[in-house]
Amino acid sequence: MKSLLGIVLVTIGMPALAQHVHDATEQQAPTDPHAQHQTDEASAGPHAGHAMPPKASEPKDPHAGHQMPSSAPMDAHQAHVGHEPGIPDPPVKGPSAAALVGPAHAADDVFGVSAMAPARNIVRKEHGDIKSGMILIDQLEATIGEGKDGFAWKAEGWYGGDINRIWVKTEGESRFGENPEHVEVQALWNRALDPWWNLQAGLRQDFGTGPDRTYAVLGVKGLAPYWFEIDGALFVSNKGDVTVRIEGEYDQRLTRKLVLQPRVELNFAAQDVAELGIGTGFSTAELGLRLRYQFVPEFAPYVGVEYERALGGTADFRRARDEGAGGWRFLIGVRSWF
Amino acid sequence: MTALIERRSFLRAGAASLVGFSMSGLFPAWAQTGSAGLAPSSPTLAGDDIHLRIANSTFTVGGRTGHAVTMNGVLPAPLIRLREGQNVRLHVENMLDEDSSIHWHGLIVPFQMDGVPGVSFPGIKPRTTFTYEFPIVQSGTYWYHSHSGLQEQQGHYGPIVIDPAEPDPVAYDREHVIVLSDWTFLHPHHLVTKLKAEGGYFNRQKQTLLGMIEGGPEEKMSASDRAMWGRMRMDPTDIADVTAATYTYLVNGHGPRENWTGLFRPGERVRLRFINAATMTIFNIRIPGLPMTVVSADGLNVRPVTVDEFQIGNAETYDIIIQPAEDKAFTLVAESIDRSGMARATFAPRLGMEAPVPPLRPRATLTMKDMGMGGMDHGSMAGMDHGAMAAGASAAAADHGSSHSMGGMNMRDKSKVPDSVKVGVGVDAIAMSPVDRTGDPGVGLEDVGHKVLTYRDLMSLTPNPDTRPPQRTIEVHLTGNMERFMWSFDGEKFSEGVEPIRFERNERARVVLINDTMMTHPIHLHGHFFEVVNGHTGSYPRKHTVNVLPGGKVSFDLTADAPGDWAFHCHLLLHMHAGMFRVVTVRPLEGEAA
Repeated sequence: MKSLLGIVLVTIGMPALAQHVHDATEQQAPTDPHAQHQTDEASAGPHAGHAMPPKASEPKDPHAGHQMPSSAPMDAHQAHVGHEPGIPDPPVKGPSAAALVGPAHAADDVFGVSAMAPARNIVRKEHGDIKSGMILIDQLEATIGEGKDGFAWKAEGWYGGDINRIWVKTEGESRFGENPEHVEVQALWNRALDPWWNLQAGLRQDFGTGPDRTYAVLGVKGLAPYWFEIDGALFVSNKGDVTVRIEGEYDQRLTRKLVLQPRVELNFAAQDVAELGIGTGFSTAELGLRLRYQFVPEFAPYVGVEYERALGGTADFRRARDEGAGGWRFLIGVRSWF
Repeated sequence: MTALIERRSFLRAGAASLVGFSMSGLFPAWAQTGSAGLAPSSPTLAGDDIHLRIANSTFTVGGRTGHAVTMNGVLPAPLIRLREGQNVRLHVENMLDEDSSIHWHGLIVPFQMDGVPGVSFPGIKPRTTFTYEFPIVQSGTYWYHSHSGLQEQQGHYGPIVIDPAEPDPVAYDREHVIVLSDWTFLHPHHLVTKLKAEGGYFNRQKQTLLGMIEGGPEEKMSASDRAMWGRMRMDPTDIADVTAATYTYLVNGHGPRENWTGLFRPGERVRLRFINAATMTIFNIRIPGLPMTVVSADGLNVRPVTVDEFQIGNAETYDIIIQPAEDKAFTLVAESIDRSGMARATFAPRLGMEAPVPPLRPRATLTMKDMGMGGMDHGSMAGMDHGAMAAGASAAAADHGSSHSMGGMNMRDKSKVPDSVKVGVGVDAIAMSPVDRTGDPGVGLEDVGHKVLTYRDLMSLTPNPDTRPPQRTIEVHLTGNMERFMWSFDGEKFSEGVEPIRFERNERARVVLINDTMMTHPIHLHGHFFEVVNGHTGSYPRKHTVNVLPGGKVSFDLTADAPGDWAFHCHLLLHMHAGMFRVVTVRPLEGEAA
């Protein structure tokens, strides 16, 4: 059936194509010679009076050239195949001394400095000094897994210009009906380092069932080659503990609205932090896979799975508390920004 | 019936205006259409004294009404019809609560009448009137628009037609003014906020995994090429920043469904005056079944050249002649460059007739040449005759070939640009080997199978007035960061307090625009016409706005004959707003010693 359809399409397509070529040829010749007449006269004048550059191919009979409106430029066009058109560029030079004379701002002479100065300030700001902001709720999800079901969130917001921004991040999780296990808020100053990467520095405050902690934060956030979004930070707590967190994610568009997002989060510690159940070295790893449907870019519900596991000393701490070292959970949530 | 106006009547109008007779109301509604239930038609203003009132109003399209900023209550603003050699006083009253302005795009005026707040004048304060006054020294198709904030996006634009003092070298029986624009119900500042949050926010035609597996026409890119684009953190589908995801594309203020209709009698020569008044949209224009003879570009006459399609950058104007012989309707298709949507209109012998509307063509994909590598292994491609080129295949093959040799290339090699270019956060790419692309038809038009206009097809009808060779070159790099939505010249936003580009009065200089970005930028210089260096020495087309294709370059020769301060910018409004703007100074001023 398909091949039959194909044959039919080809058969229909052939004459259409032929017709098209035919049309293209036809339009080379004006349908009404009178139509071009007036134009021809006007353009013949300048041609007669001016020597054409040797490079451009001159139509032998200007009139003949004009009867076929597209032919003259086409000839010249062909004559330049492979050449840089026109004469070579003169040397790159700054302006002459004469270009620097006179008032700094011409309009000041007409309207006065007092009228122009504020307008100049506005025009400067309106051409590049854009302040904007965004609030992104990257994850807001119900977590269904071992033990009691709960919920988790991860969100950030920023405001500022192209280079400097204020950046706030928060994440946390809780079981339904209980006090939040873990709540984290970061307030950061963000500075663009290059087209894709940003330096982030500031403070992090943890709340929750464990002991509260305050950290100094130094991190980088940005876009790695192949569109991997990376966020890495070094944390130093008010107790002197040093930890590192690296997050990476990738948006794979399956269709224009369906996006599969693999995500990884790795945590490291420079020392045991018994109070928080963290062991030295590679402490935890989180692997997630979320499939979201973007009704609009700003609103995308998703389903997903996540595997989280503690390693080394951290796993030992968990086992000591009769907890498992890790496990799976299913996620249902929404990603949104505005 | 009003559209059945003949050229003679316009000439009569010109005569009437000389005695100061107000023609509005009597005059044909140039933007009117026959369809029922549409926005009121736009009037025409002529004469020595013209009154414009900028105010908040509403605009309705596609059955929805939104806030607009208009002049005399209509969108587009009234057609201003002038005559070469007259003097005009334009009284502009600002009824907004914010500053406003009008820039007369393409008109040669004294700098203080050019209408750019903070550069040529202080702007028009709320509830005040500013009177522009200047002689009309040219003829052709131009337009006018706000240069304040983002008012242009809200409807603050209208057409200008200037009839020549001498007999018009272009013969025609009838004319229509075609103002193309893009309308959104979003506030323009929201457009900016969205783009700053997500550079590709409005692009809903990105490549997908399923698309790659299915292999549609929009997905013909090898896995290795995809990987290469990904490695560069560049999106080969990033062709327009703002798309049909939010825009309704308009012809004379009418959406595609409203189907603006221009009338003709079979056999007539119809002059169409195209103006791209869009904020962020470059259009590809065709009228299936009708060849179009381009007779003027940016208001100035060119030697007639017949094409099937042409690309029009923001703020460019083209006059074309069509000669429909049959008693049938034709569709005007103005596709947005990214092919996410189209403006549509109809030319027909009678109102109510329609022709088939072709579907949008597959979205184009950027090539190595768009990436600035045009000169690397096929330098001659820039000069290739596209008629002769079996376009799709050979272009794709050439592109494919070059991608393999790209392994360890630095796509941001600072040694490729002079020290004057600040390669910082705002510069995500530097064209490695940019080529002159005046012979190219524009993104996505290489393989459409018919003749598409290129700048190299354009030759001035009259000899260039100044044939002195340029004495120096000024290189300007068009730079940007697609992800952060930053745009600039030479890597510096105007807000960073950059030096003006300075010219000595009457000096002859060459400006080379090098596009390091992967987007087409229509670059506009105020107060001057410049000669686009396209091979036709002495008959270069003279323009006020020139499209610089991605990864390519355009040179223009300039006689800096207009003393004063002038704006120089990308005419994609949001690129200008993001920083792609400079002041050009020409000194000494009038009455000053050199």
